[in-house]
Amino acid sequence: MIAQIPILIVVIPLLFSVLCPLIGLWRKGLCYSWAILALSLCAVASIDTLFAVMGGGTIHYRLGGWAPPFGIEYVIDHLNAMMLVIVSLISLIVAIYSRRSVEQELPEKIVYFYTVFLLQVTGFLGIVITGDLFNLYVFLEIGSLAGYALIAIGEDGAPLATFRYIVMGTIGACFYLLGVGYIYISTGSLNMADVQQILPQLYHSKVILTAVAFLLAGIAIKMALFPVHVWLPDAYTKAPSAVSALIAPLMTKISLYVMIRVLFTVFQPHLSIELLPITDIMVWAGVIAILGGAVMALAQTDFKRMLCYVVVAEVGYIVGGVGLANTVAMKGAILHILNDAVMTVGLFTVAGIVTYKTKSHNLSDFEDLFRKMPFTMAAFVVVALSIIGVPPTCGFFSKWYLIQGALIAKHWAFLAALLFSSLVSVILFFRIFEIGYVFRASNGTQTHGDEHTAIINEAPLSMLIPTIAIAIAMILIGLYNQAIVSNIIAFAIPKL
Amino acid sequence: MFEFIVSHYNYWMYIALMMVGFYAMMAKRNLVKKIIGMNIFQSAIILFYISTSVKRGATVPILEHAHEGHGAVAHAAHAVDVMQYANPLPHVLMLTAIVVMVATLGVALAVAIMIYKRYHTLEEDEIMMSIRRG
Repeated sequence: MIAQIPILIVVIPLLFSVLCPLIGLWRKGLCYSWAILALSLCAVASIDTLFAVMGGGTIHYRLGGWAPPFGIEYVIDHLNAMMLVIVSLISLIVAIYSRRSVEQELPEKIVYFYTVFLLQVTGFLGIVITGDLFNLYVFLEIGSLAGYALIAIGEDGAPLATFRYIVMGTIGACFYLLGVGYIYISTGSLNMADVQQILPQLYHSKVILTAVAFLLAGIAIKMALFPVHVWLPDAYTKAPSAVSALIAPLMTKISLYVMIRVLFTVFQPHLSIELLPITDIMVWAGVIAILGGAVMALAQTDFKRMLCYVVVAEVGYIVGGVGLANTVAMKGAILHILNDAVMTVGLFTVAGIVTYKTKSHNLSDFEDLFRKMPFTMAAFVVVALSIIGVPPTCGFFSKWYLIQGALIAKHWAFLAALLFSSLVSVILFFRIFEIGYVFRASNGTQTHGDEHTAIINEAPLSMLIPTIAIAIAMILIGLYNQAIVSNIIAFAIPKL
Repeated sequence: MFEFIVSHYNYWMYIALMMVGFYAMMAKRNLVKKIIGMNIFQSAIILFYISTSVKRGATVPILEHAHEGHGAVAHAAHAVDVMQYANPLPHVLMLTAIVVMVATLGVALAVAIMIYKRYHTLEEDEIMMSIRRG
């Protein structure tokens, strides 16, 4: 049983997802607990795997007992063990959070919501855990298809946004598939470790160059790197609150993980850094993404849409950090994958609470919220400070590593972009704080006396507790970042 | 040069099909035409994969009479000559990819139906106009 844990991480949500409609036939309300049960088991299995990897090194799991180059192999090293824990814990938190929001926004579709929700998590976990290039494509599509379905049931305009996402996402996935095809015809293998052994003799072949180009272009579309990010803001703005809280932090981070895998496991750093100028291009792509995301975020009047552009900018941080290609920047980039996943889920859970209370998510809806929802707004302030990069929240530390990395690489443009985007974040979030302190005059003039106790209109506990837990996690990750970096991330970075 | 193009005509077809599909996805304003373009795009990739597995004069990768005869003699007689058989792996991969593509097509059509129910049209320009009008 213990030896089978790697496969259970993927099989549990898949099986629970298939059984969810049957549970729904019997008792509709049980689906919520069913999803929580599945994701708790997943989280326990992931955390167990992480400790196993920290204790005993990389885990290899052979599906059906077939030896690696022929059978599919699951390989779990420090990097994907960390990603597994991130994915399973964040999806568990979002599942707990989702109850009231789904009851309000999608009362007819609760059963199917949790079915597809679990399927989506299956896709994410599968992408992270697999050590096989084609298996990764299949899970990428499982995750994306579930994502399309979840986004399409959102508010008005969601179907059109989803349609555009389907078109873009399919192009991305097909490019990835083509890249895998080129690797297959030149090496005859689909296993990442096997391909890594065979490829170095072929690095000067044009087929490999084509493969690199197709793979990176496909992954860039999936992760919403700046020029090809156009599908992201519409889709994530119009999606139901619980869905944005699940997909916005995870889909982009998992695509970034795939990028790191392809660049440094499938290909060796020798190709990515020395033979081709891939990393140089990536730093500049990161700079453009940071600047573009920050400027576009300033122009928004819709809160969720603004957050989407913040996500676009954060993708730029990580792409640029990986592109700097030195150990410090790489530590920063991988730590930022963790931090940004936590920060983004924090932002979108707050957005979900605001949507739940005010039925829309414009910036003007924040009026008076500091008095009405003090706890939610306290959590929001912590998240915002972390995005800006104020110690001791986690955002500061990954940014610090990235800035050090930029100094070592002497890449001033990336450094400038980082500082510029931090300043823009200050403006973005303090603007919202200011709106939050605007008290509606009518409340003040008409009622006096005990209005302070009467006016508090806090979010339901099932939404509030996960949000506050995320805010606390953010401070804890910040305080213990040294332990995380030296015990997990130091082993996760590729050998440059 | 001409020889090269003719002898690799299946790869040229795959590139041509892919570009046709890509053009339809980007330039057509009708959502169903975009979906058709998406399908052509995906089929081109299937053609590419299948092309890579083809060998001239090869047959399906099934061992004939593998269970006749006994012992070492039979084994020597049935030692597999790779050149005689088409590579089965790309076919298997494409069977999986076809399943994925059918699912994508299904989701895309379902979303198109949702859009049609809401806006009563599948022309992107008209949908944008009716969104702008509110």
